[in-house]
Amino acid sequence: MPATDDTPRAPRRRGAHPLARFLIRRILLALLLAWGITLVTFVLTNLVPGDPVAANLGQRALGDPAIVAQWRSQHGLDKPLWEQYLLHLQGVVHGDLGTSQQSHRPVSQDLAEFVPATLELAGAAILVSLVLGVAFGVIAALRRDRLADHALRVLSLIGISVPTFWLALVAFYVFFYRLQITPGSGRVDAALGSAPAVTGLQTVDALLAGRGDIFGSAVGHLITPALVLALYTIGLLTRFTRSAVLEVLGQDYVRAARAKGLPGRTILFRYVLRSALVPIITVAGLAFGSLLSGTVLVEAIFAWPGVGQYAYKSATTLDLPAVMGVGLVVGVVYLVINLIVDVLYGVIDPRVRLQ
Amino acid sequence: MTLDITDLKVTIGGKEILRGVDLSLQEGRVHGLAGESGSGKTMTGLAVLGLLPHGSRTTGSIALGERELLTLPPKELNRVRGGEVAMVFQDPATSLHPMLTIGKQLTEHMRHHLGLDKREARRRAVELLGKVRIPGAEEAYGRFPHQFSGGMRQRIAIAIALACSPKVLIADEPTTALDVTVQAGVLRLLRGLCDELGLAVLLVTHDLGVMSAVADEVSVMKDGLVVETGPRGQVLREPAHPYTRSLLDSLPDAEPSPEPAPGPRSEDS
Repeated sequence: MPATDDTPRAPRRRGAHPLARFLIRRILLALLLAWGITLVTFVLTNLVPGDPVAANLGQRALGDPAIVAQWRSQHGLDKPLWEQYLLHLQGVVHGDLGTSQQSHRPVSQDLAEFVPATLELAGAAILVSLVLGVAFGVIAALRRDRLADHALRVLSLIGISVPTFWLALVAFYVFFYRLQITPGSGRVDAALGSAPAVTGLQTVDALLAGRGDIFGSAVGHLITPALVLALYTIGLLTRFTRSAVLEVLGQDYVRAARAKGLPGRTILFRYVLRSALVPIITVAGLAFGSLLSGTVLVEAIFAWPGVGQYAYKSATTLDLPAVMGVGLVVGVVYLVINLIVDVLYGVIDPRVRLQ
Repeated sequence: MTLDITDLKVTIGGKEILRGVDLSLQEGRVHGLAGESGSGKTMTGLAVLGLLPHGSRTTGSIALGERELLTLPPKELNRVRGGEVAMVFQDPATSLHPMLTIGKQLTEHMRHHLGLDKREARRRAVELLGKVRIPGAEEAYGRFPHQFSGGMRQRIAIAIALACSPKVLIADEPTTALDVTVQAGVLRLLRGLCDELGLAVLLVTHDLGVMSAVADEVSVMKDGLVVETGPRGQVLREPAHPYTRSLLDSLPDAEPSPEPAPGPRSEDS
């Protein structure tokens, strides 16, 4: 790029710290999107063919128009759709997601019970896949076309192509039934009781309560489903990290860093990984979205009492408030992941936050 | 300190890139290395620092003072890189890391090679930025490369190269990516630093205008060989080799005048 002037460019605006301004902009945008999510979940839920009345009342009750009318008005289904939406939105703002037609409990209460279990499972899977995926990718890139690279290529290919539900079944059969080295279903040994719920995450709560036995049991229960869930993302991240690192290794500034006589470790962590993280974060954000949908299957096989199982039950019974609640939660989780990805871009790359 | 390259041969993937290059750099002198693209100029520069692409074989000798660089163990070679022999690359838009501040890129090798603490390294960095004439050096220290123009970036790259007081500077086409109007400024800076610090400079360029403006000695390369070498005036005015003549004839004004890049070179240096 030819230079046209020889004077430094002044920052365009003064005032708040650029990172703070960047953050505020992103959060405002996220709030707008959250509102959009309530609209979309509401419309989609009401577009679904199927009559919630028929799904929830028995044959005899359905025959009685008075009961049907009463049930409809009890659940607000007799009002025009736009009014239903406004009421729903009002409720959401106040943390009221309506009452589940199946459990007869507030949906928010149901979610508060199931969401932490899923967050714990998905969070563990994300952590494992980030650490292993990036490490494998870096090793593959640095050992390009050597044994380690080929071995990791095969491993990541397996991770990407093996279906999660099959892997979950096989893992359950091999490690629990045959080898008996992992505990079976659920989150923790029932005999141990449970630590007082603070965060809803068994591992964290056990640590907070100082219960080593519960923590060990919770980790033992967590490890197989989390690994099963993570395998796809590990494979994906290994491949993307490898190509991202290889591309950065060929950059002029890496050669320039070598010419400065910096130690190899400094060049890898400060020069190479920093740049490579940008595409890695993009893929990771997308992969974690699909990882969430994988929890439905894994939760079913490992009897993990999470939001995936709750979503499945609500959808099959046309429990509309519960379906909307789950839709909202999943949407917000996506939103938060994207927000984190956006903010990380800004933290890593000054060109993004100084725009 | 002098740098002597003798009979340097480089093959990459079975292909002969350099076929026996001889060059000699003296302190306080700018040695221009000219030639068409693909003639091996850049490879010669990279070979000095051991930065040739993977899978390349090197024979011959590159002697820095008494030391032979080609057989130096990696650890010691890393001390020479940046510490005694520094390099300025062609395109400052890509040779600076876009996500690290100027200050970080100026001080990290100082702290590594010279063992300076943070404060001392910073003081030196700001001083260097002033020396390469970056206005507002204190403020520039915390900025990122994209906040500077191309000419400024190349000055910063030169400051980075000079940070550990090297004896030899290899400048690989340092003005090629720059606008003509700022080329002269960067060349003048290089010449001035060479005189002031007693640097031995290898100036790789395909631009004979640049060459005639600042070089003391000129070597001309073709197909991996140095075909002609000698004092600037002699090589550019009375070229002995037909290739040098054809290079000179291909200049737009067909005259090796120092017109395109006015570099006032003080004759007493």
